[in-house]
Amino acid sequence: MALRSVVSRKTLAPALRHYRSLTTFTLPDLPYDYGALEPAISGEIMRLHHQKHHQTYVTNYNKALEQLDAAVSKGDVRGVVQLQSALKFNGGGHVNHSIFWQNLKPVSEGGGEPPHGALGWAIDKDFGSLEALVKKINSEGAALQGSGWVWLALDNEQKILKVETTPNQDPLVTKGTSLVPLLGIDVWEHAYYLQYKNVRPDYLTNIWKVINWKYASEVYEKESA
Amino acid sequence: MQPATACAFSGLTIPWLRRCSSLRVKCSTSQRAHCASTSTADTAEPTEPIGPIEPIEPDPEPFKLKPLPYPFNALEPHMSKETVEYHWERHHRGHVDSLNAIIQGTEFAEMKLENMVLTSYNEGNPLPFFVHASQVWNHDFFWETMKPGGGGNPSGVLRDLIERDFGSLDELAKEIQNAALTQFGSGWVWLAYKRHRLGVGNDINPRPSEKDKRLVVVKTPNSVSPIVWDYYPLLAIDVWEHAYYVDYEV
Repeated sequence: MALRSVVSRKTLAPALRHYRSLTTFTLPDLPYDYGALEPAISGEIMRLHHQKHHQTYVTNYNKALEQLDAAVSKGDVRGVVQLQSALKFNGGGHVNHSIFWQNLKPVSEGGGEPPHGALGWAIDKDFGSLEALVKKINSEGAALQGSGWVWLALDNEQKILKVETTPNQDPLVTKGTSLVPLLGIDVWEHAYYLQYKNVRPDYLTNIWKVINWKYASEVYEKESA
Repeated sequence: MQPATACAFSGLTIPWLRRCSSLRVKCSTSQRAHCASTSTADTAEPTEPIGPIEPIEPDPEPFKLKPLPYPFNALEPHMSKETVEYHWERHHRGHVDSLNAIIQGTEFAEMKLENMVLTSYNEGNPLPFFVHASQVWNHDFFWETMKPGGGGNPSGVLRDLIERDFGSLDELAKEIQNAALTQFGSGWVWLAYKRHRLGVGNDINPRPSEKDKRLVVVKTPNSVSPIVWDYYPLLAIDVWEHAYYVDYEV
């Protein structure tokens, strides 16, 4: 009894803290050159988007994680709750953009090639045709007010494909825990403004030329297995 | 445009009747008189005051894009001619055009812009054209917030209030910058005068204290503006990416 009170959680915690290291994150490399997606998306946009925007999300997410760690250790409930919006925003930004870079591919490496196999059939079943899906994604993306993302998602519970939008940097999971992102298109202004100015519909029309359906198919097959 | 609907208190289908929201039905006084004389149903007056609607030729452009108070290049080098031109010509004008397309021929077309913003905000459940009405209002205010050769420091009552509520002009600048940098996503940053301590526009604080009647820095998401909370904006800063991306990139 006496021993247990000596070696309680409170006395162990400081010792444990020395051994628990915080996982931090780094900016993933792009699997292609900045200019490789032209003319659909300019090299200047890709460079800024990757090196500045995504990097900022990673940096700020790491900062928020450190602050979270400190608040959790101190038992600072208020501090933990207050950090949630920064974690969602920056963590979401990191998650979303990491998926986005995989969703794009230069034309020379298969970008824009329509999906085949299981995903192709699923699209025909759930939307009628690839054209119908593209139209739906484009119209939802164009109608999104402010900043956000438009997604092609697999609902793992209902086993159907869905088109969803999320505001700001909210990851797809905030719309449903059973949703798996297959394709995400960034409709924040920074994703297209330098090239397309305010004409978001043109950006959405052109981005399909560099969409990497192979990645989407791989995720779909893995998740629906 | 909504189709003809049934009158709330006579049940008759009336072609000119319009629903302005799912909650209210509007009739002109002559229309109500018509109903009262032709129906045997209960003709109790609706409890909400209803304004008259005169059927007139709908103006296809109830709102005109307000001209900029200065030339496109007047704010250089701080804001480029290109940015000002795109911002006013494409974004601001786009909202004016969208607003006109939605409200022409409806009773909203006769409202003043500010009333339209407040009505369409619908206490947090915005109607579809809120974004356009509010962005038109916000941008009108934004262009006035700036002027060529502006800058410098405020004086007089405003300066005294700033020093009372923020400590100093530098503190105010810091708070505004912080708000601008921490607005997640699109939105606006405002310096506004807040009458009530309670942050809800339709509550009058029954116990006023010295926490009321202060200048505050507010940030709002997307197209919301603090007039919907009964604040009085003094300065507006657009922090949508289109406002600065061409000049400052990130």
